[in-house]
Amino acid sequence: MNIWILIVYLFGAPIVGGLLAGLDRKVTARMQSRMGPPILQPFYDVLKLLKKETLVVRPSQTLYMEFFFILTIFTGALFFSGGDLLLIIFALTLACVFFVLGGFKASSPYSFIGAHREALQMMAYEPALLMVAVGMYMVTKSFQVIDIIKYPTPLIVVLPGIFFAFFFILPIKFRKSPFDLSTSHHAHQELVKGILTEFSGKTLALIEVAHWYENVFVLGLVYLFFASNVWLGLSMALVVFLAQMLIDNASARVRWQAMLGSAWLVALVIGGINIIYLMARG
Amino acid sequence: MSMLSKSPWIIHYDGSSCNGCDIEVLAALMPRYDLERFGILNTGNPKHADILLLTGSINEQNKSVVLNIYNQMPNPKVVIAVGICATSGGVFRECYNVLGGADKVVPVDVYVPSCPIRPEALIDAAVKALGILEKKRVDLKTGDMILNSK
Amino acid sequence: MQNHVPFLLYSLMLFPLAIAVLSLINRWPGLFKKFIYPAVIVLIAGSLALLAIPLKGTPIFVAADFSWVEQAMLVIEVLLAVYLLWLALKRKDLIVTALLVVQTSILLFFHFGAGHHAHAEANLFLDLFSVIMALIIGVIGSLIAMYAVGYMEDFHEHHAEVKDRRPLFLGLIFIFLSAMFGVCFSNNLMWLLFFWEITTVCSFLLIGYKGDEQSITNSFLALRWNLLGGLAFLLGIVILFKNCHTIELNQMMTLSKSLVMLPVALLCFAGITKSAQLPCSSWLVGAMVAPTPVSALLHSSTMVKAGVYLVLRFAGQLGGTTLGLFVAMIGLATFLIGSFICISQNDGKKILAYSTIANLGLIILCAGVGTYEAVWAGILLIIFHAIAKGLLFLCVGAIEHQTGSRQVEDMTGLIVRLPKIAVMLQIGIAGMFLAPFGMLISKWAVLRAIVDFSPFMAVFLIFGSAATLFFWVKWIGKILIVDRVYEKIETRLPSGQMIAMGTLSVLTVLICGCFAVVAHYMIDPYVAAIYGNVTVLSQGNVVVMGIMLLMVCLFPVTFLDYGSGVKMADPYLGGANVGTGNQYRGALAVKDMEMKNYYLDDYFNEGRLMTLGVMLGVIFSLGLIVWGGM
Repeated sequence: MNIWILIVYLFGAPIVGGLLAGLDRKVTARMQSRMGPPILQPFYDVLKLLKKETLVVRPSQTLYMEFFFILTIFTGALFFSGGDLLLIIFALTLACVFFVLGGFKASSPYSFIGAHREALQMMAYEPALLMVAVGMYMVTKSFQVIDIIKYPTPLIVVLPGIFFAFFFILPIKFRKSPFDLSTSHHAHQELVKGILTEFSGKTLALIEVAHWYENVFVLGLVYLFFASNVWLGLSMALVVFLAQMLIDNASARVRWQAMLGSAWLVALVIGGINIIYLMARG
Repeated sequence: MSMLSKSPWIIHYDGSSCNGCDIEVLAALMPRYDLERFGILNTGNPKHADILLLTGSINEQNKSVVLNIYNQMPNPKVVIAVGICATSGGVFRECYNVLGGADKVVPVDVYVPSCPIRPEALIDAAVKALGILEKKRVDLKTGDMILNSK
Repeated sequence: MQNHVPFLLYSLMLFPLAIAVLSLINRWPGLFKKFIYPAVIVLIAGSLALLAIPLKGTPIFVAADFSWVEQAMLVIEVLLAVYLLWLALKRKDLIVTALLVVQTSILLFFHFGAGHHAHAEANLFLDLFSVIMALIIGVIGSLIAMYAVGYMEDFHEHHAEVKDRRPLFLGLIFIFLSAMFGVCFSNNLMWLLFFWEITTVCSFLLIGYKGDEQSITNSFLALRWNLLGGLAFLLGIVILFKNCHTIELNQMMTLSKSLVMLPVALLCFAGITKSAQLPCSSWLVGAMVAPTPVSALLHSSTMVKAGVYLVLRFAGQLGGTTLGLFVAMIGLATFLIGSFICISQNDGKKILAYSTIANLGLIILCAGVGTYEAVWAGILLIIFHAIAKGLLFLCVGAIEHQTGSRQVEDMTGLIVRLPKIAVMLQIGIAGMFLAPFGMLISKWAVLRAIVDFSPFMAVFLIFGSAATLFFWVKWIGKILIVDRVYEKIETRLPSGQMIAMGTLSVLTVLICGCFAVVAHYMIDPYVAAIYGNVTVLSQGNVVVMGIMLLMVCLFPVTFLDYGSGVKMADPYLGGANVGTGNQYRGALAVKDMEMKNYYLDDYFNEGRLMTLGVMLGVIFSLGLIVWGGM
């Protein structure tokens, strides 16, 4: 059965991820009273990029991004085959480290600052992410996704604080305001395109698809909080995704100080209180 | 058909424009005209762009900048000269420091001569540019393309 | 093979001593270059021979009952004390003087008072944990000694002002190795203390090797803390003997927790000073003035490990007690503060120093937690940390000699300038924090252990681990950037240096590839013997780790594809590129583009964090001792 889920994930995730990205652009446009592009626009973009020339500053910068792509898929595969949550987070970190190193390797001031901010973002979200694993382990006594998913009641009931901390750092993973510091989906930011400035053509397409995989994986994590009921889980994942869009359009980009400080504070205080509650509950 | 024409990304460079055309370019991206419904994005980054929008005339100061930006765009790419200044130098043509239109430095594919342009004209130019972009892609593939950078 | 154990232990302890004597009496430095290789090979072979001894969790005891040894040890200890006293008086260092006087008088009182009743049935012993430590000392230690020969030659070329005392330097290194073997084979605590103090003296002399004011000041700082630890150690033994009439490590383990509380607390404090935990961390940072092989050998791979070794030995006694909680808190605080400080550091060696302190904190944390999972993770940490950190120090040392700077900011483009060293540096850094590599496997195990013990502690652990990620990744990034046209400046390093770094790089990857085997044969039986339980990482997860490692190892292969299908272009500089393309036209002149790392000094300021850390450290250490005394 696992193998089928994997196959569905491998081929389904980019489709779902791409459609979600299309939905994102459409909804965002509507929120700004625009028509917005067709829902398939992200696919058009990626297919176009595949036809373009790949310009680089340093030839090896693309290799790092290829590994980012592979490792991101690997992370998702581990998750959807029901692996160990801690291991999955470490695999994700590995993938993102390759992403950051690619940005450094590009040796351009814009991608350099973007890479730095990406590393900062990783530092900001890592505690909340690991806390999700710890909290779920405390409740279900297992780090395995396959066991967590079988827990009879929705985990959100006992993990509201950790869910909030996780929700708080989600804009980082979706690259949405207020935390889209390293690169943004919206054109023009103070860093041109941040960490992605020097990536073009096929490599950029690869990064985009990796990002779709990543989004599906992150929504999978959201699903875990509501996993006792499939429909509840799926609909909440969608709700969370739409909420991200609302937050994106309703907020401005903050400085890294505010991001790091608030993300850590929320994780430490609200997540921490949740963990103390779990300890007291026994 | 290629996806090039479904997702043209632009970079907009203001040479020495009076900002009249620039305002119109931005207006085209705003809700009333919403260029994004055609998949057009203003990337602001030559490495991601397919179409270079040039406004204003070319002078000694911005000559190298335009050339740099053009060279940093991946093929296939097209250039649109927006407004009369970018087309020919316009009223500034005879200035001591003005070289003339955009085609003095980079090969221009579409000219949009007005002062300032209207957003509809820009959209029309973009559609024309898409045709050329597609042709360039085919040429690039068959190897007939002459890389005409100066 | 069992019969050879005494011989093997003696020779491992005496052989480096012989080399040291040879080095000290030899007036011709060239000679050392010749006999270092055979010496290293013998030492490595000797420590590998330990693997052949069938140990299944039960230790082998060696009586080593020579009455003259204890007399000799006492004489040496007194002589050393007199020598240090002389130095301390010359410098008017009252703290050191007082510590020396107190310690020596207690030692003499104990020896001539209760001392002749204090008899150990087995002075030496060998178990799997000792074997692991001995392998680290034997293999990594001798590799670093080999590196040192070439390095010191360069060092004296670069530093003409430093007096060339190379025979002394290498002699001390080998005396130190000998003492380290002693530390991990001793069952008699008096012996352990003797070797412990020898390492202190070696460390003191080596930190002060350069002889300038800074080095001397820092060496006395290190001496102060280590003597304080030594004093705690001695007091621990005296109290243990008074209460329980034993001075043997193995018997101490079997006594009930309440009986040995104070001795355990004091010995743990000794371990905490030795491994530079808060509040004593400053000495290790100061010790970075020493030549790099010293930092690599004493202050990251081996000597500071003696501290955690001792504390980890007591994990069984600490687990589940308030004492253990205090130890764990010290470790946790040190890990957090150490990791945070690293973010704001630019000096490569200082980053390594703080990261060493932090990782040792993690091991101390494991010891304090004291569950089987924690001990397992702690031992794994010792192994991986010793290899990767040793490698990193050696790389930074080589970089400093080749480029003249060890600042991270000056390492831009290192991948082009010093390709070989840069690659090894990257392997070392990856080994410290990246997913399939050693330190991360260990950290993972630590996290699991801590979550089972106290999830609240795990919360803090998580923040420290996030900080680690940031400072390592920006360091690698700095190496990778090529912001202008660089010339390759790598000259041929002395082969000893190259072999040492190369071997450690290979070990970093290799040990992590077969860590499951290492864990199965070395760590599991040891932990099982104490706790009767070892299931830490499941089979499936180990396989996944293997796949990840394989993928990362494939990364260099992609460089075969280097540059295919891509077109080079200048970096985007707002169109203002001129000249080489990496320059831009500014308002006044053409400038080179420059990129400087983030240090977040407002948030992770060294001074502020250290003050906080020392306060926490003092509170927890006082708690440790006071609780032990109650």
